[in-house]
Amino acid sequence: MTQEVKTYTVPTMADMAASGEEPEILFWVGCAGSFDDRYKRVTIAFVRILNHVGIKFAVLGPEEGCTGDPARRAGNEFLFQMQAMSNIQVLNGYNVKKIVTACPHCFNTLKNEYPELGGNYDVIHHSQFLQGLINEGRVRVKDGESFKGRRITFHDSCYLGRANKVYEAPRDVLAALDADLVEMKRVRANGLCCGAGGGQYFKEPEAGKKDVNVERVEEALGTGADTIAVACPFCMTMMTDGVKNKNKEDSVRVYDISELIAQGQGL
Amino acid sequence: MEIFQQILFVAALAATAWYITKRIKLIARAINLGRPENRFDHADERLKTMLLVAFGQKKMFANPLVGVMHFVIYAGFIIINLEILEIILDGILGTHRLFAPYITPVYPILIDMFEVLAFGVLAVCVVFLCRRFIARVSRLQASRHRELRGWPVSDATIILTAEILLMIAFLTWNASDSVLRDRGVGHYGELQGIVPDFLISQYLKPLFTGFSDTALVAYERTSWWLHILGILAFAVYVTYSKHLHIALGFPNVYFSDLQPKGEMQNMPEITKEVQLALGLPVTTEADGAQANDNGEQPPAEVGRFGAKDVQDLKWINLMNAYSCTECGRCTAACPANITGKKLSPRKIMMDTRDRLEEIQQGWQTNGPDYRDEKSLLNDYITAEELNACTTCQACVNACPININPLDIILQLRRYRVMEESQAPASWNAMFSNIENNMAPWKFSPSDRFNWADQVNDAN
Ligand code: SF4
Ligand code: SF4
Repeated sequence: MTQEVKTYTVPTMADMAASGEEPEILFWVGCAGSFDDRYKRVTIAFVRILNHVGIKFAVLGPEEGCTGDPARRAGNEFLFQMQAMSNIQVLNGYNVKKIVTACPHCFNTLKNEYPELGGNYDVIHHSQFLQGLINEGRVRVKDGESFKGRRITFHDSCYLGRANKVYEAPRDVLAALDADLVEMKRVRANGLCCGAGGGQYFKEPEAGKKDVNVERVEEALGTGADTIAVACPFCMTMMTDGVKNKNKEDSVRVYDISELIAQGQGL
Repeated sequence: MEIFQQILFVAALAATAWYITKRIKLIARAINLGRPENRFDHADERLKTMLLVAFGQKKMFANPLVGVMHFVIYAGFIIINLEILEIILDGILGTHRLFAPYITPVYPILIDMFEVLAFGVLAVCVVFLCRRFIARVSRLQASRHRELRGWPVSDATIILTAEILLMIAFLTWNASDSVLRDRGVGHYGELQGIVPDFLISQYLKPLFTGFSDTALVAYERTSWWLHILGILAFAVYVTYSKHLHIALGFPNVYFSDLQPKGEMQNMPEITKEVQLALGLPVTTEADGAQANDNGEQPPAEVGRFGAKDVQDLKWINLMNAYSCTECGRCTAACPANITGKKLSPRKIMMDTRDRLEEIQQGWQTNGPDYRDEKSLLNDYITAEELNACTTCQACVNACPININPLDIILQLRRYRVMEESQAPASWNAMFSNIENNMAPWKFSPSDRFNWADQVNDAN
């Protein structure tokens, strides 16, 4: 194979509409995916995979706004509905039918809570999307980093797992890596929260004996894994902070599942 | 003498029925304080859930050993109640083992089965007491969970002890009856050859062989009366206790949430205001409100946003509170509680029931329209507890009878934020960021797409 020059592109809905096109799927980036330095790398990894497999996708770019999830869960229903209605106007304006997102909170809100406000889309999480690509043979983990012999443990996100019963997709994605998957004791429906949901990410925790993310990271470290795989921007931060708290940041890394796939493909 | 016993029995039965009816009405009235909510849809799915989760006790088997033990008590409770029918008829008619002559071949099989179950119930109750007081299972310890202090621990102990005593009464009653039958005393002897010894109680007979006939009859009568009066008292007691779940567990599961656990309930009354604010056409598909014959909406109820007290919650939340078994599986799964925060989802449910019972008390002492000044929020549940919830739904998932503590927490949060503007300062900052910058952080919305510039950078 000749060495191809990799140039990745990120089309916006506005561009597509201007040229009279419609994408197969809208990639909903989310606030963390847009602004958080660490999670921007996940966004980029996922966009590279989308480019690599040649899927016709688009993003909203500056037209996207917070889904309103943190406001709703903190109790501010007005603000949530303001956000939801504005987003629905934009999405319906572009006639969006299918959405993929790397954030379980956006996923849950778009999928379960927007329909009642007039936004009906086929919404999937990026773990399900990647699972589909792997099953269809469109993504093969080769040419990149080898994961042989590495131990990976997967942390279930509440809004992906319990909230929407997506337990297998992220595990199937990780299985493509040919690494050793090790499970924590509290997994799937019994998974322990990272401590960020319900607006917790945006304030100091209440007084207690311990932070939730530390409790969870201790469990993850107990598996002997060198990689903690996550599928949520907030889990990402919480787990990373927990690993730092335990002074393990040199030996244990936290990655999103799409980053691991991108690494395995050398993207 | 016989007729005196019959009169006494009928009187006890009538008094119990009257009192329980009164209690049921009171509890139903309290549950009806809640806001309307349609939980009568999807009958087939609800029935299926009830068969699996309530009758089949599916979620109890998360821990198989405890699942089996609880199942023994549950099956024993349901099946032994068949025997109560005969006991009640005997009591009213002054007969002895009324059914025996009519169903002679199956009668001993039935009683044997009841005895095995009774023995099983007895054994499990002993194990459950040991789990509480010797093995000290963490979620059941008042020393670790403040909501269990006082009455809840006594309640559990009283019930387990009462069940043990009831089962002992039942088994020794059968044993003393067998001895009387062997000796051919009075009407007991008439069943000789019709009713044999029973599977378990036959081994208890030696306890009674030293008794005189009179003493034996006295024991037989006493244990019979203790057994049935015990059961009647138990039925009344249950309406005051966490053991109300033996009745309410079933409807509670039938009416449980069918939507995905992560979905928060919409507030249609706010949708309208938001549509007006954004200059959008107002849709009238508001959830609970039904258009009347002329197609007009009924006047919107002037209610609070969110919940401050029990009447602001939905009736199902209140039924949940009366159904809660105080088992603490929710609390044992709660990340906030595990890490030492004040929040305990079990306490949320117990507080809700305590508040309802306080209101019932008020009705009883001061008349049916009485309202006090207290509220669930603040007088029972504090902001510190509410703010600690990560909305992870672990409690909802853990509850063996599909109770949803999270739903109550979220409704109380809504009240605090929308009616009282009492959000923590950093949440207010998050709100204003979303409002002004379309993101929960203070970034300029025009920078939202900047990440795309790095898409071709080296890793
Ligand atoms: S949803 Fe809230 S109350 Fe329930 S387990 Fe999670 S943190 Fe605890
Ligand atoms: S809410 Fe459910 S899990 Fe929690 S104590 Fe009550 S019955 Fe047990």
